[in-house]
Amino acid sequence: MRELLHRLSAGDIILADGAMGTMLMQRGWQPGDAPERINLERPEILADIARLYKEAGAEILLANTFGGSPIKLAQYGLDDRTEAINAAAVEAVRGVVHEDAYVGVSIGPCGELLEPYGEARADDVLAGYVRQLKAVVDVGVDLTCIETMTDLTEAVLAVRAARLVAPDIPLAATMTFDETPSGYRTIMGVSVEDAVEGLTGAGADMLGSNCGYGIEHLTGIAAEFRKHTKMPLQIRPNAGLPELKAGGPVYPETPAFMAERLGRLLERGVNIVGGCCGTTPEHIVAMRDALARHTTPGG
Amino acid sequence: MELMEQISESLQKGDAPAVDRLTRDALEQGTAPGQILDDGLLVGMAVIGQKFKAHEVFLPHVLLAAKAMYAGLDILGPLMEGDERLSRGKVVIGTVQGDIHDIGKNLVGIMLRGAGYEVIDLGKDVAPARFIDVAIEEDAQFVGLSTLLTTTRPVMKQVIELARERGIYDKVRILVGGAPLNRAYAEEIGAHAYCFDGMNAVDCVNGFMNRS
Repeated sequence: MRELLHRLSAGDIILADGAMGTMLMQRGWQPGDAPERINLERPEILADIARLYKEAGAEILLANTFGGSPIKLAQYGLDDRTEAINAAAVEAVRGVVHEDAYVGVSIGPCGELLEPYGEARADDVLAGYVRQLKAVVDVGVDLTCIETMTDLTEAVLAVRAARLVAPDIPLAATMTFDETPSGYRTIMGVSVEDAVEGLTGAGADMLGSNCGYGIEHLTGIAAEFRKHTKMPLQIRPNAGLPELKAGGPVYPETPAFMAERLGRLLERGVNIVGGCCGTTPEHIVAMRDALARHTTPGG
Repeated sequence: MELMEQISESLQKGDAPAVDRLTRDALEQGTAPGQILDDGLLVGMAVIGQKFKAHEVFLPHVLLAAKAMYAGLDILGPLMEGDERLSRGKVVIGTVQGDIHDIGKNLVGIMLRGAGYEVIDLGKDVAPARFIDVAIEEDAQFVGLSTLLTTTRPVMKQVIELARERGIYDKVRILVGGAPLNRAYAEEIGAHAYCFDGMNAVDCVNGFMNRS
C-alpha cells in the first residue's frame, strides 16, 4: 500500500474503523476486566473484529492496545505481560490484512494522573509508552494512534515515546474535548490551540480529536483545529452520548445519521474519519458510502 | 486583612509554599487559626470553586489549589484540635467492587479534603460490606461510591441495601458518582445524592451539612 502520509498529502480521505469496546462486549468481554486480556486468551476475536471493519471499508484498523501501557496493565496485574499483550493484538490484525489496510497501534491514557496533580512520574509514563511501542514495532505497524488524551503533558510524552521507538512510522495524536463557555477544552483544560502547538511541537504527523458527544460536536472541533493547523486531521466521533437503558448503554447516533452528517465534517478539511465509542461496522459501511458520494464529482 | 487576601490569592494560584509561609506569618502576627481558615483558605477555595463552575479555570487549577489548601491545613490542624470548622465532617469514599478506575474517586477525595472534610479513602475494588463497616467504625456522616463501568452499577445498590440492613441508612448520607450514572438511577437505587463531578460532590456534602 502507498505510504499513508503521501496519500493524505495527495488529498485522499481515508476511512478508519469504529469502536472496539462494544464489539468486545458482544463477544464475551466483561467490562471490569482488562480488555487487553483477550489478546492473550482469545486473539481470534480480534481477527474477527478486524475482518468485519475491513469488510465494512475501513482502511485503518487499530489493534486492541488502548490500555496496553504497563502502568495501565499493572492495575490488572498484567504489566509483566506487556510485550505479549501488545504484540498479540497487532499480530491478530496483521493476520487479516493483505496490503489492503493500515495496521495501527492504539495508545490510550495510562490511567493515572501525572504529577503535580497525581502521583505518576513523567519519566515512568514515558518509559511505559516506550515499552509498549517496542513490543509492536517488530510485529509491523503502519501507524501509531495516540487517542482519547485529556492531559497534554501525557499526550506529549506518548508522542515523544513514539518518536523515540518508531521515528518513521506515521503518528496521529488525538484528544477528547468538551464544549465549555471558554471554548473546546479537555477535562484538564487543554484548548484545541494548545493541543495543536504541543502535539505538533512533539512531532505528531496528524492531529485531531476522538470520542466526545457525537459527529456534530466533533465537526465543531474539526473547524477549530483548522483555524490553527494545516496538518492532516483525524476525527473519530463516538455515536453520541450513551443513554442508560436497562440492558446497558444505548448510543443514539445511527449509521444513517452519522453518514448524513459526514459531508459537513469533511467540509472542515478532515483527512481521516472513523468512529469511536458506540460505532459499529454498520456505521463504517454507511460512512464509506457517504464518503464515496462526497468524493465523486457530481455525486 | 491584607495577609488573608494574600493567602487566598496564593491558594488560588496553587502556590503551596506561599500558602505555607503566609499562614505562618499570619499566626506570628497573632491572627487566630480559625480566622486564617475562614478568611484566607476557605475564601480562596470558594473563589476557585466558582471559577471552575463557570469554566474560567479547569481541573488542574482546582487540584493545585486543593493541594495548597492542605499546606495551610497542615499548619492550622494541630492548633485547632476539636474545632468543628476544621473537621467539617467525615466522608468514606471508594471505587466499588469490580471496578479499578480511581481517577474520578481520587479527584473527589482531593476536593473534599480541600473543602475541609476528613476523607477516608478505601481505594478501588471495595467490597460493599467494607464501606458500611468503616462508616460505622469511623462514625462517618457520608459514604461516596464511585464507578466508571455500567456493569458495576448494581454494586452501588448492594451497598445501599446493606446500609439499610445495618441500620445506618437514615444516619449516613450515601453519594454516588461516575460516568455511567445519572440522577434517575441514583434515585432508583436509593442514593441520597448524585454528584456529576468532584466539585459537585463538595456542594452536595456542604448542602447536607448546612441542612443538618
